[in-house]
Order: sequence, then structure tokens, then C-alpha cells
Amino acid sequence: MSTGPKQSHDNGLHPELLPPDDPDAIYHNGHRLDHAEGVSRPMRSKPEPQPRGARVHGNRPIDQAEAAGRFIAAPEHEKMHDERLWDLRQKRDREMHGIEEWEELRSLASAIKEHTLTHLDQYLEQFEANARANGIHVHWARDAAEHNRIVHGILRDHGAKSLIKSKSMLTEECGFRPYMASVGIEVVETDLGERIQQLDNEDPSHVVVPAVHKLRTDVAQVFARTIGADPNNSDVHYLAEAQREANRPLILAADAGMTGANFVVAETGTFVVCTNEGNADLSANVPKLHIASIGIEKIIPRLEHLAVFVRLLSRSALGSPMTQYTSHFRGPRQGGEMHVVLTDNGRSARLGLAEFWTSLKCIRCGACMNTCPVYRRSGGLSYGATYSGPIGLIIDPTFNAHKYSNLPFASSLNGSCTNVCPVKINIHEQIYAWRRELVKRHEVPFVKKAAMKAAGELLSRPAAYRAAIAAADFALAHLPRFVAYNGLNAWGRHRENPHPPKQTFHSWHHANRGGKQ
Amino acid sequence: MRIGLFIPCYIDAFFPEVGIATLELLERFGHEVVYPRDQTCCGQPMANSGFNADCAATEALFVRNFSGFEYVVAPSGSCVHHVRDNFDAIEQTAEVTEVRTRTFELVEFLHDILKIEALPWARFPHRVGLHNSCGTLRALKHARPSELHVPFFSKPMDLLSKVDGIEFVTPARPDECCGFGGTFSVFEEVVSTKMGYDKVSDHARAGAEYIVSADTSCLMHQQGCAERIGVPLKFIHIAQILNGASA
Repeated sequence: MSTGPKQSHDNGLHPELLPPDDPDAIYHNGHRLDHAEGVSRPMRSKPEPQPRGARVHGNRPIDQAEAAGRFIAAPEHEKMHDERLWDLRQKRDREMHGIEEWEELRSLASAIKEHTLTHLDQYLEQFEANARANGIHVHWARDAAEHNRIVHGILRDHGAKSLIKSKSMLTEECGFRPYMASVGIEVVETDLGERIQQLDNEDPSHVVVPAVHKLRTDVAQVFARTIGADPNNSDVHYLAEAQREANRPLILAADAGMTGANFVVAETGTFVVCTNEGNADLSANVPKLHIASIGIEKIIPRLEHLAVFVRLLSRSALGSPMTQYTSHFRGPRQGGEMHVVLTDNGRSARLGLAEFWTSLKCIRCGACMNTCPVYRRSGGLSYGATYSGPIGLIIDPTFNAHKYSNLPFASSLNGSCTNVCPVKINIHEQIYAWRRELVKRHEVPFVKKAAMKAAGELLSRPAAYRAAIAAADFALAHLPRFVAYNGLNAWGRHRENPHPPKQTFHSWHHANRGGKQ
Repeated sequence: MRIGLFIPCYIDAFFPEVGIATLELLERFGHEVVYPRDQTCCGQPMANSGFNADCAATEALFVRNFSGFEYVVAPSGSCVHHVRDNFDAIEQTAEVTEVRTRTFELVEFLHDILKIEALPWARFPHRVGLHNSCGTLRALKHARPSELHVPFFSKPMDLLSKVDGIEFVTPARPDECCGFGGTFSVFEEVVSTKMGYDKVSDHARAGAEYIVSADTSCLMHQQGCAERIGVPLKFIHIAQILNGASA
């Protein structure tokens, strides 16, 4: 591929009919490229560096706002991220309008999940019995550590040294890849986005599109560093092919495969994995040993219930009618072995939280992230937690209320997340409830606490309040003080203050309505 | 009827014209409008930040001020949302629940209770973009949010359509949050203002001269954002247009 000068225009046209000289045109084998590939070269020599996620300091509270600020300070990334996810939201809307019974489907999905969660023990045991009858080995893991030990044990029993896996948020929760690295087992992610994140040593920033915060130029840098690709070629076809060439041999040689599960069916003892790349099928079917890590909340009672969720999942997630692959697993293939690790990792405890248990209905579609105006402008890694976006704000504090104490404040409480949620989790109400809960548990900064106490005292004493805002100029000086709680004028840093009027409504009323009450 | 007028603190201090328009508009329909002079706030700033206990005294004061009215009306969706849906720092006596259920936001009061049919005094020959605040849209259910598959309705649009000469423009993302979000506007000021910049730019691209809203707090934030980045938009509360403001 080369950029001008033109090599050949010998296509039989009269010279007058040829296009004018274009110094930026790109030619390949003598033909001008004018499709997307032709114009996909970088616009400038030095691409905008990728903003990194939240700075994690042990158990200190994650400062999401700080990381979001850095994301916004990288305008190419922020704009791409916002527009790409908003596009998914719009596609979701179009799909929704194609289904007359959409709201009924959401209600059904919610009801099925609530029923199942309130009978979780019985459906899990039913699944276990039916899965065993299908020839599946069923394991129970209380927490992340037990999950990792169990999987390690299975791999050790088979002498497996390498594992290919499809995307699974549960394994992210469990810190599975670092654990496997510590016991000398090579893990290869088969989902393209997740593989990019693995190679870049970053967490997924989104539950469905894990590398959505990266520009093509970022991916080119990662692949150049890790698989020897051309750092200056950020053409998506080239990048995908480079990764395929590097990854396929690893897949073919792997000793074991791992998947998650989107749905687990109690009555059949089977589970279902939905992907668009078919990578779960590679992970499950290439090696003879298949291990599935499954959170216990993934269960649904019967196969017929699956129809409700399959209609909602991909429409909500990506605005496509269905995932390309909806694979049902019901037992090991001949000569193979299948294991399921049913993992709790905090779910039973969450089920006991009166205000927050319905967060377990989540089917990890990511619709709340796509619609969230804060998430779209912050990037998923700004949350510094396994789960980002609105669902993250209400799940992460159940893992660690101190470390994730700032997250429920990373919301304008606009409620769009609740409206797009296919299983009708009242996400924004739970965000609000978490704020109350964190204040009760003293997990908020002292300055905020002091400012709110002062505001509460001022606003409950009319005389003091009137004195404080007696003159509008004075009001401007004092009102933002309990808004700009940190004394740094957070209001005015990036926007103008309101213009103080000549008199307050209160004094106008006194002057014009004679102060009559 | 006898209506208690609730003018939230930031309207009182910064946007008295919104309070005046609300008062005059309700009086135009022949109602007695009473402004209890000891009022301050509904408690939302503290509650919204999780400090529910700190708003108990403010909520109690609100009830003392507004108990006994047939209706309480406020030109602020988010405050009414707090009173109606979250006002639980104090014991829920009969008096408290009575005040809570009788409190209405201005648009829904005009649309659902007074069921007004005409605004012969109202003329606003300008292109306006309607900003439904998230509190009015998704909590008070002023209009159909774009996320739901339900029939279209819009109470503010119904009212504004009765105004002579008004012309509507529709931004690309009509009900995306503008980023105010109460104390979110200062706790996460960078994201908040970026959302504000995007919101006002979207309205400007659609050709709006004015952004109109039932929430002054959103307008205060959007105006601050527009002025900072130089977007030449004007901002007006729906009460002012319905009361006959011409610019």
C-alpha cells in the first residue's frame, strides 16, 4: 500500500474524466482505495495516548472522579467512547420498537428472576442432580479463592498446563488470571476484546465490549508490543487478522477450555453461553476438558424461560436481535470431561440485603452502561472495580464498601439505567439507597459530612437562613458554599456562577404582596 | 382553591422571576396562592447525598409550613420528586403523608389538576428546545422517556403547544441528562460540566434559541456551561413562558 504519486489510472477513461489529483489518496496495486480501509490511516503521526483507569492504592477508596477527569482530558477517546456506546443505545431502541410486547417481556424476565432468586436453593439442587445425570461434574465454590482452587485442582488432575477461556465476569471477580499465572498455568482469552485487555494487562472496561475504551491506534500499540504487529497499522482488519494468527495456534494446542454461562437451566441440567465471535465454542470444544465457571444467580427454572431472556439479551446489549451463537451445553462429548463450578462469591450475602438483592437479577447485558451519560464520559476503567457503570455502582460496594464507597456518588441519578434494564432492576434507586447506606456506615469523607450537617442546620432554621441569604450577593457568596463543599469552588471551575438578581423572591414577595402570608 | 407556594432555595436566591411567574400564573386561574414565609428547602441536597438524618429538621419545617393547604405547588421537578418519593427522614404521620401527596410540580398541576385549556396571554415567537429534567421525566413521569416502549405523551409539550408562535426544535439526544444531578454537579464536576457542554451544544446544533425546562436547577447548570464555552443560548423556565413572557 502506498500514498501518491499515482501509479496507474489506465482504466480506459478519457483523461478529462479522471478525478483531480488528490495528494492524500491511497493506492493499492494501482487502484485507488476509497472505502473505509483506504481512509483508515492515522490522521496524524502521534495518536492520542490512551488514558488509563483509576489509580488503585490498596484498600483506599477509588477516586472515580479523578480517573474520569483524565478520560475527559483525552478528547478523542472520550468522544469515540461516548458515541460508540450511544450508538449501541440507539440500536437497542430500534430493536425495542420492533417488539410490541417489549415491556411485557421485561416484566416477565424480572418475575422469572425474582421467583428463581427466592427459590434459589431448590433450583440449584435441581440443576445439580440433572447435570450429574447428564454426566457433568458439579462443584460448589463458596468464594473466589475456593473457585480458583477447584479449577486449579481439575487442571492439575489432567496435567493441563494451558487453558483457553471465553469472557466471564465471574472469573474477573475471582482474580482468576493472576491466580493461574501464580500456579504456572497459561491462560489465553479467546474473546477478541478480552484478549486485547489481557495483552494490555488491563481489566475489561465493559461487561460486553471489554476494550470499548480503546481506539484502534491503542490496539495497534498493544499488538505491536505483544504479538509483533505493525505499530503504525491500525486498520481493523489487519489487527483482527494479526490477533487471529497469533491466537489460533494457542487455541489448537490448549490442554483445557473454560467458559462462563449466561443461563443455567434447572430442569434440564444444561447451560447456555451466548457470544458473537463463537469463541466460547472454541473454548468449549477444541480441548477435551471443558470447565464452566458459573455464578449461582445465573439459574432459571425451565427451558421455556430461556426464550424470554434470549429475546432480551442481545437486543439490550448491542441492539442486535440475537447473539451470533447461542450454544447449549448438556454434557461432555465422547472421551471428554465437563465440569461446572457453581460459585457464590458474595451472592448469598447479597441476596440477604433487603434493598439490594434484586441486583442479582442482572444478566450482564451492559445496557445500563451504554445508556449511562456518566459512564460514557468516564470510561469503564475509571471505576477501578470489576463491574463498572450503573450496575457496578450497586454491586461493587457489596464486595468492599470502603474501597468502592465513592462509586454510588458517580451518578446524576437520572434513572435511564433503570428504564433500559431488561430485568427491571431499580438501579438508580439502589444507587440512592447505597448513598444512605454508606453514610450510615461512615464511609463518606469528613468534609462532605461536615458540609451536609451545616446545610441541614441552616436550612431548618428560617431566621438563620434568611440572614444568610438576606442580600442576593451575599447568597451567591454563601449558597455555593454548601454546594461547593470542598471550598475549591467546584461549581465554578468549569462553568459560570448564576448571576445574582437585585432581590430574592422572598423580598419581592414582601414588597409586592405586602408580606401577607 | 388555596394553594401553598413552595419556592425552592436556589429559585428564591437566584431566579426570583421563576417564582414570580409561578405565583402570577396560578393567580391568573383564580386561585388563592399563599407563600409561607418561613420556608427554606425540602431537604433534597442532604438526602440526595445520602445524609438522610441531616434533612429531618428541614423536612419537619417543610411540613410545618405547608400543612393544611389543599395543594402545594412548586416550580421544581426535583424538589417535588424528593417530597413525593424520598421524604422519609421524619416519622410518617398522617400530617406528613398528607403534605407529601398534596405536593405537585407546576406542570403536572396545570395539566392534571387544573386541566387548563388555554393560555390566551401567552405568546413566545421563538425556537425552543424542551429540556425534560430527569426528575420530571423519569420520576414524576411528565413525558415518555425514550427508553420505554409506551405510547407517546408529554405534559410540558401539551402546555407549551397552547402558546402562540412557539416553535420546537428537537436535539439529537432529547432526554439525555444534562449533568446537574444535585450535589453530583460538584462531587463530579468534570463529568457534570462535560455533560452540560454536550447538552447545550446539542440544543444549539438543533437550532434552539431558548432551552425551556420545568427545572431551574438544570437551567442554572446549563447556563453556566453555555456561558463558559460560548454557546449563545438563552434559558427560561416553563412558568415564565406560560405566564406570558415574550423573551
